[in-house]
Formats: sequence, C-alpha cells, structure tokens
Amino acid sequence: MSIAVETFQERDEAEPAFDAGPAPKQIVVAFGFWIFLLSDIVMFSALFASYAVLVNATDGGPTGAQLFNQTSVAIETACLLMSSYACGLMSLAIKSQHRLGTYIGAAVTFVLGAAFLSLELREFANMAAAGATPQRSAFLSAFFTLVGCHGLHVTIGLLWLVVMMAQVAARGYRATVVRRLFCFSMFWHTLDIIWVGIFSVVYLIGSLA
Amino acid sequence: LNLLGKLSWNVIPFDQPIPLFASALMVLAIVAILAWITLRGHWPYLWREWLTSVDHKRIGVMYCVLGLVMLLRGFTDAIMMRSQQALAAGDAQGYLPPEHFDQIFSAHGVIMIFFMAMPIMIGLMNFAVPLQLGVRDVAFPTLNSVSLWLTASGVLLTNLSLFIGEFAKTGWMNYPPLSELKYSPGVGVDYYLWALQIAGIGTLMTGINFTTTILKIRAPGMRYMRMPVFCWTALATNLLIVAAFPVLTAAFAMQLLDRYLGFHFFSVDGQGNMMMYVNLFWVWGHPEVYILVLPAFGIFSEVMATFSGKPLFGYRSMVAATMAICILSFLVWLHHFFTMGASADVNAFFGIMSMIIAVPTGVKIFNWLFTMYGGRVRFNVPVMWSIGFMVTFAIGGMTGVLLAIPPADFVLHNSVFLIAHFHNVIIGGVLFGAMAGYNYWFPKAFGFRLDERWGAGAFWCWLVGFYLAFMPLYALGLMGMTRRMQHYDNVQWQPLLLVAAGGALVILAGIVCQIVQLVVSIRHREALRDATGDPWNGRTLEWSTTSPPPPWNFAVLPRVEGVDAFWMQKQRARLGQPPISQPPDYAPIEMPKNSPTGFIIAFFAVVTGFALIWHIWWMAILGAFGAFVTLLFFAFRETEEIEIPAAELARVDRGHQLGAA
Repeated sequence: MSIAVETFQERDEAEPAFDAGPAPKQIVVAFGFWIFLLSDIVMFSALFASYAVLVNATDGGPTGAQLFNQTSVAIETACLLMSSYACGLMSLAIKSQHRLGTYIGAAVTFVLGAAFLSLELREFANMAAAGATPQRSAFLSAFFTLVGCHGLHVTIGLLWLVVMMAQVAARGYRATVVRRLFCFSMFWHTLDIIWVGIFSVVYLIGSLA
Repeated sequence: LNLLGKLSWNVIPFDQPIPLFASALMVLAIVAILAWITLRGHWPYLWREWLTSVDHKRIGVMYCVLGLVMLLRGFTDAIMMRSQQALAAGDAQGYLPPEHFDQIFSAHGVIMIFFMAMPIMIGLMNFAVPLQLGVRDVAFPTLNSVSLWLTASGVLLTNLSLFIGEFAKTGWMNYPPLSELKYSPGVGVDYYLWALQIAGIGTLMTGINFTTTILKIRAPGMRYMRMPVFCWTALATNLLIVAAFPVLTAAFAMQLLDRYLGFHFFSVDGQGNMMMYVNLFWVWGHPEVYILVLPAFGIFSEVMATFSGKPLFGYRSMVAATMAICILSFLVWLHHFFTMGASADVNAFFGIMSMIIAVPTGVKIFNWLFTMYGGRVRFNVPVMWSIGFMVTFAIGGMTGVLLAIPPADFVLHNSVFLIAHFHNVIIGGVLFGAMAGYNYWFPKAFGFRLDERWGAGAFWCWLVGFYLAFMPLYALGLMGMTRRMQHYDNVQWQPLLLVAAGGALVILAGIVCQIVQLVVSIRHREALRDATGDPWNGRTLEWSTTSPPPPWNFAVLPRVEGVDAFWMQKQRARLGQPPISQPPDYAPIEMPKNSPTGFIIAFFAVVTGFALIWHIWWMAILGAFGAFVTLLFFAFRETEEIEIPAAELARVDRGHQLGAA
C-alpha cells in the first residue's frame, strides 16, 4: 500500500496556471467560439476541395476566366477588408465602453459588409443572366456553393451585428454582451481569412487559367 | 397555390400492413406514455426537471434513454432482415418486398450509428466527464441542451418516415447517383438528409462544448496528465467530431443542393463527380468509427482499473495511443472503397495506414490485460462486458487488418464478410462499451446498483448471440454472398443464414434480460441502494460525491494531486494522513438557470425539417423564423444563473459524509 502512495505522490514541475481550476468565463467563451470557427473552416475546406475537384468540370459551359470580373472582385475585397478594420475600431470602442464609437464602428462595419454583399449578388445576377447558373455545370455548382456559403455567412454576420447593437442599446456593456461582441469580431475576421482563400483559389487562379 | 407541398393522404402506407402496424404500435406507445404522464400530473415535474434542464447529468441520462429506445427500433429492423434472409432462399420470396427491405437496411444503419451508438456515447460522456474532471458543469450548459434536443429532432424525423411517406432506400451511406433526385424521386432521401443535418448540428455543438470543457474547465490541479483516461478518450472523440462532422454537413448540403436546386455535384450529367461524395462521406465516416469507439475504450480503461483494484497499466502509453488513433483516423478513409479505381500506390498507402492504426489499438489491449494481471479482479457485470469486448474486438480487428489488404478487399468488398467485420467491432467495441458504462455509472446516476444476475444473463446472451449471428456471415462472405440481398438463389447459404437468425433471437433474449434487469433493479432499489457514493471502490472523482450527485456535483471543487485523484484521497484517509483539502469552506455558487431554449428550438427544427422534406415552403420559413425568435429571447433574457447559498451546500455535503461513514 505504501508503494502505491509513493507512486501517487510523484510531482511534476509546478504549473500554476494549470492548477488554478476552471478558466474564467471570458476565456471559456472565446475559446469555445474559436473551436466553432475552426469547425467552420473545416466545412469551408470541404467546399474548397470540392471546388478544386470540379473546377475543370465545365461541361462545355463557361469557365472562370470567362466569367470573373476582376474590378468587381477587387472592390468587394476592399469593402470586406475595410469592414474588418472598422470592426477592429469598434472593438477598441467597446473596450473603453464608448457608446458613440461603438455605434459608428458598427455602422461602418455594417455598411461595408452590406456593400460587399450587394456587389457579390450583382456579380451572381450578371452571371446568371449570361446563362452561367449553378445548374449549368458542376464547376458552377461548386463555385456558387463555395462563394455563396461565404456570402451566407456575411449575411448572418450582418444580422448578428444588428442584434448586438440592440443588445448594447438595451443592456449596455454587460459581461455577456461584451463577450458576444468579442465573438462577433472573431467571426467577422474569420470571414476575411476565408475570403482571402476564395480570392486566391477562385478568382486569382481562375483568371490566370 | 399548394399549401401542403407533396403531402397527401396517399403517402400514408395504408396498403402495406407491416409499416402501418409498426407505426400504429409506436403511436399507441407514445400516446399511452403521454396519457400516463398527463393523468399522473407529471408534466410540471418533467418540464421543470428534465425537458428544460441544462444539468449535464440529466442531459446525459436523456441521451442514454434516447439511445436505448433507438436500440430497440434498430434491433427490430435487424431481426426483420435476419428473418427475411433466413426465409427468402431459392423460390421463396420471404415476407418483405424489395422496396420495404431496402428501407429497413437503410434505416437500421442510420438509426444504429446516429441515433443509438452516438447518443449513448455522448450521453455517457455528458454524465461522467464533468464529474471526473471535478467540476460543476460543461462549458456551455444551454448549448448542451440544444444539442440533445436537436439530436432528438433527427430521431423524430427519421421515425416519422415510417408512417408519413418512406425512408431512404439507398443504404445508410446514401451514395449517389442512386440518391440523386433522378433515381430516388421520393422523400426517403430527403428524410435521411434533413434528419442527419439537424442531428449533425447538435453533435457538432456537443463536440465544441466538450472540447472546450476538457481543455478549459478542470478542477484545480487536474493537469492533462492527471485526467482520467475516459476524459482523454472523450477529448479525442470531441476533437474528431469538430474536425469530421463539418465535412459531413458539407457533403449533405451538396446533395441537398443537387436534389432541391438541380446542382451537379454528384449527378451523372453536368460533369458531376459521384466519387467525390464517397470520399467526403468517408472523410467523415472513418473518424466517426473512432468517435464511437474511443469513449468505449475509455470506459473499459476505467472499468479495468477499478475492478482490478490497480492503477491503469501504462497510463501514458494509453494517452499516447488514444491521441495517435485520433490523428491516424483521418488517414485511412480510402480503405472503404479500394475498388474505386485509385492507383495501386494510393491503395497501398491507405492499406498500410489502416494496418498501422491497429498498432495503438493493440497497445491498448495489452494495457488492459496487464492492468488485470496481478490485480484482484472482481467479476462484476462491467468487467464481463470488458473481457467479452477484448476477445471479440481482437477478432474484429484482425478481420479488419485482412480487409485492409487491397487485393483481399477486392474479393470481399461489399460482401457479408464486411458486414460481419464491422458488426464485430461496433457491437464488440461500441455496444459492449456502452453496456459496461451503463452498468458502471448507473449507481452514480440513480443511487442504486443494477441487478447483477440479470446483467450477467444479458451479457451472456449478447455474447453468444453475437457470435451465432455474425460468425456465419464471415463464412457466407467468403462463399460469395453480397450485402443487402432481399432474396438469393443459392440455397446452400440458407443453413448458415438460419444460424444467423437464431443468433439474432439469442441477442433478443439478451435485450429482454436488460429490460428485466432494469425493472428488477428499480423494484429492489432499496436493497441495491448505494449510500456511500462509491459502490465499486472507485478511483476517479465521480465516486467522491453522492449518488446521485447534487446539481452542483461538488460543494467545494476537489484539489487534484495526481492520477486517480479519489483513490489518493482514500489512501490518505486510510494512512491517517490529513486530507488534501482543508475543512470545506462553503461559499455560495452560481449555477446556470434552466432554459426551454433547446426544447423550443428543436420543435422549430422539426417543423422546418418536415416542411423542407415535403416542400411546404411557407412552413419552412415559419419554422426557421420561430427558431430565430427563440434565440433572440434567449439572448435577451435577464438572469442567466441562480445562486445556491452556502448553507444549502453545507447541508447536502454533511449528509454525504454521514452516508459514507
């Protein structure tokens, strides 16, 4: 019995952070949301992989090089990146609990995000008008799904931002509200990262081909 | 204007007596249960204490109940297939027409994997992991409730298909092009897709929740290398869920776009690529195998250490093996379709990876054996399941290595040899693990042990029944019998199929024993009462609290100084040393408030899913809007937590110390 006790009393080097017990709520929420974002990236990676498999499966229909409008995509990208910058400024305003700054930051974030979305929808509409619908070929199915899924995320983000501003208005800078705003900003920046992937894999490589 | 979409009276199978009778029976059972609850006035209790509960233990129990009920449903399908194949030889056609038989084998696979094995494993993790980590709840308690009820939504939709419309006839993998609209125009595939999308979201949220819990919420001093092995396997499982389920979501989304909007991901025309579905499916599907079996490995580890009265042999190698399997499980998916036509090099790579994954599994088997070696093994029911597992799983593993050899696989692909193999590992691994865990943690959940004699009877019936039912299939596979045959001409197969049907009946006896075990145990609960909270002389922290534990699990979070934290506490007490924790200093704690969010969101998920299956667009929009409004209500609620006063904590805790003394 004493042997058993001795083995149990082996001690590792002191790691105080690990010994403190459950992490504070702020860290738990941010970490959990970060894991969710990783899972979302995994889903996008499946869509990217499908796009890569089907990129040449045009079935005699239009190719990416024929369809993509560089100027429009460049403006879209600029809108989304500037929207993230505005989101970063909003985070600073939230940190100092500056109401007006928060609202202005959120408004700019929203407007730029909405501009991105409307440009994307216009691009989609133009393509559809030219007969390049997702039903035309496997390539177009994969294109519309990948880019459209990102657009859907942006739409959800815009909706979320509106709800969050209502929460700030109704509840102020409560711990829960601040945590959710932090998650929103992580979400918004992640959409940027995914857009960079789409910009490179779909539009850049697609225009080169 | 079409208000009901594709829905009409014709979709009710009035002309098919078997599904009609089965669904009538099911509806009757549900109505009887609801009526009983109403007459006894249990609704307020049920709503307050269970349906809106965000307590991980309650949620775990509900998951297990869901899984056990679905075991009955899935087993009914199994026994119908076994009896059909026992009869339908030569000129005989059996009693199940092909279109019904096809639905049965599809439903059997879907229900057993998604709605039996997954809920029981997630249920056991829900119940045990926070207790073992020495904490009060998971990271996101309300999200946990949402997960449970979304899984239940998937179950409900799948079972609705029995009565309203039909289920998929495409097998549980739902391969295109058969699953495309052109070849499966009915609603069966849509039931499959929406039920699994909804349940899959629930599972993904469970994965996020438990990964966060295990990595961020542990008792003071509970370092990674002090966590119980079940927590390690739960961590690996939930990492796999986070990494694998989004791929399934994406693959199903593509199939839905193909079916609903005429996209060309997997279609024959438009240059779709149907093998891409098969790849995506198994990129999820092979990790899924380990999502199911890793928690079972964790349960066996706990059971073996506890009932051998020894620390687990090779704790560090067990952790390493678990994490190695976690990673390797993503590198073997192609062995599910060696016959696809990939090059020999590709097949060789995946064949070798599949053999390599047997190595960490072998490490585990030896660790369990060496844990028993030199220990004083008590042969309680959980140990029986564990030993039965080791023998059965080793056989299943070996046939798996055989199938991992591409040339052998070309012969055995899609034969009943494969069926025998994966039932060998899933019944022998996952189901035996679930049963070991059920018997092991039942006293912790309900405060009384399960009857040992009926438990042993259930084990022996399952074990013998399993071998009778599946060993013949190995032989039949080698004789050339393919899977999913509604009828066959080769009458030489019939004797072995009769033996297999007999095996299914023995398993039925095992299930009856389990039901009797539960009833007998409830009736004799006073004699089986566990007053100490530690009925098995346990080693981990869940046994240090009362059975059943209070809602807050631990009045004061335990301090952990090593592996087997509770065993250490007991050793100190035996040696007369001072306890690690000082006399408890009770402080009020905050517990999450109950919330109907999960239940209501799941209600709207069922409405939306059903509407989408039947193309009732206005209802789908209404359902999605309802779920959104529910989320808004949740986001805007005033109080999120309730405070438990210190006096209440002290009162419950002292009661436990008296009981244990």
